[in-house]
Amino acid sequence: MTLSSNNISSHSKTDLYFSWSLRGCSILAGSLLLLVISFILHEAWPALTQIGLTRFFTDNGWFPTEASYELTPIFWGTILSAGGSIILATPLGMLSAIFCHFYAPPLLARWYRRMIELLAGIPSVVYGFWGLVVLVPLISSWHPPGPSLLAGVLTLTLMITPTIMLITHSSISQVPTTYIHSAVALGLNRWAVIWRIVLPASRIGILTGIFLGLARALGETLAILMVSGNVVQYPSHVFDPIRTLTANIALEMAFALDHHRAALFMSGLFLMSLVLCFVIVAEALRRKTTYAGVK
Amino acid sequence: MLASSKTIGEKSTTLLVWTAATFIAIPFCWLVGDLLWHGWHHLSLNFVLAVPQNAGREGGIGPILVSTGLIVGVCMAVALPIGVGAALFLSEYTPHDQVSGRLVRGSLDVLAGVPSIIFGLFGNAFFCQTLELGFSILSGGLTLACMVLPILIRTVEESFRAIARDQRLSAAALGLSKKCSIQYILLPAAIPGILVGSILGLGRAMAETAALIFTSGYVDRMPTSLLDSGRALSIHIYDLAMNVAGGNPNAYATALVLVGLLMMINLIASRIAEQWTTKNQLPT
Repeated sequence: MTLSSNNISSHSKTDLYFSWSLRGCSILAGSLLLLVISFILHEAWPALTQIGLTRFFTDNGWFPTEASYELTPIFWGTILSAGGSIILATPLGMLSAIFCHFYAPPLLARWYRRMIELLAGIPSVVYGFWGLVVLVPLISSWHPPGPSLLAGVLTLTLMITPTIMLITHSSISQVPTTYIHSAVALGLNRWAVIWRIVLPASRIGILTGIFLGLARALGETLAILMVSGNVVQYPSHVFDPIRTLTANIALEMAFALDHHRAALFMSGLFLMSLVLCFVIVAEALRRKTTYAGVK
Repeated sequence: MLASSKTIGEKSTTLLVWTAATFIAIPFCWLVGDLLWHGWHHLSLNFVLAVPQNAGREGGIGPILVSTGLIVGVCMAVALPIGVGAALFLSEYTPHDQVSGRLVRGSLDVLAGVPSIIFGLFGNAFFCQTLELGFSILSGGLTLACMVLPILIRTVEESFRAIARDQRLSAAALGLSKKCSIQYILLPAAIPGILVGSILGLGRAMAETAALIFTSGYVDRMPTSLLDSGRALSIHIYDLAMNVAGGNPNAYATALVLVGLLMMINLIASRIAEQWTTKNQLPT
């Protein structure tokens, strides 16, 4: 055994090569983010230098073939749809996590959680398809035209509620039972325990879930593209069609050339910076210990 | 778990919580029921095997299943070795707080949050144009590999870290080299974790649409090589629903196939994970 290359005292170099190949893998994986950012930046560069950043906000409308590149209405489309869905999904996700942990009988709670996990695993194109064939006709019969900000918001809400619910659920189930027992011993009723003890104690976890949900809503492409109508305009009410940054890229990449293409990569860069802000905040929150205590 | 008192406030909050839970359950049942109702009677062995005809309105999804399999296959063939290698390096060669490890981990966490359409743009610029692979199954698979690496590495690294320290110490005490202890002790012990990680990555790759539109393309013929353009299941659903009038029945059936496959994948992953944890909890 002493002479075998598997021994620690052998002079073979396999160990060295092995550790270097592993290091290579990890450097490759670690530098992927830089590669992605630098390629998007490289493709967007003509837009930055030849069109200029300000024209994306000051031009008259988005007519890329006629060299007019205003992205503001598309920005609003993204912000309104993601904002609307987070406003709806946060209470729904939190309440359903509370339902699962405190209100539902054990068997129902297990099935409910399984259902939410399934919901989280359904691909976005299927949500989009369902929204297109079920939600849009429904909204259209109520208030035409149908494909609208409202349809987008509802579809996104359905998609990000599971994210918020699952993260909230795992963080409220980590609240130490001693907190809850003490509260019950003090005579607090169920809702008071949840509202005054459990939610404050797990607020960082809940916030992480909200930020991740927001990041997902901003970056979602197919579902929102299929249900929201894709008209470039400032919506005046929720039944107006809108277009988001992601949908804009997905719709126009196929035929975009030169400056148009660069402008699309530029909007991708905007989107990525926006989403990464939220992701980084969420990651920073996740690294903090969940139990700073109840203040 | 908690006693409920009979005050009006308590009753109304209970009502609120149950209402919110129902609000989530209704669309879920609606969505799944709708898929089953419209897709089930359209689904047959012939549909799964046949070639799409008339832009997908008639015929089946045979070539599309093959393309999907190839794209996901390329993705896993590239992501798995790199992912396991990186995970091994992070768990066995870098202490938890070392700067290089933290940098790689941080960058992967951020990469996991990058929206899929951005991966699509990157794949189009890098694989299709710079590396001149064109709209092909290879470009699509490589783009997806970049996308699933973070989730793969995180799961596999956790499974390496879960292996008891005793095993590493015993291997070292026996005089085994690092490579040998990884090859014969750690890798076999982490296989369930690696399986779960790959299955989760597989699921994410199969569900993806936005990253594939400008990398693997739209062509619905049977692919003859990895450099052919191939249409994935998710893109087929998108195309039938948005661009083909009268494509809805086949879109329903395709969506049912896709959701069914994904549910099967998740079930297998959770089974393996469950068995693995119960086995690890038993005293040895």
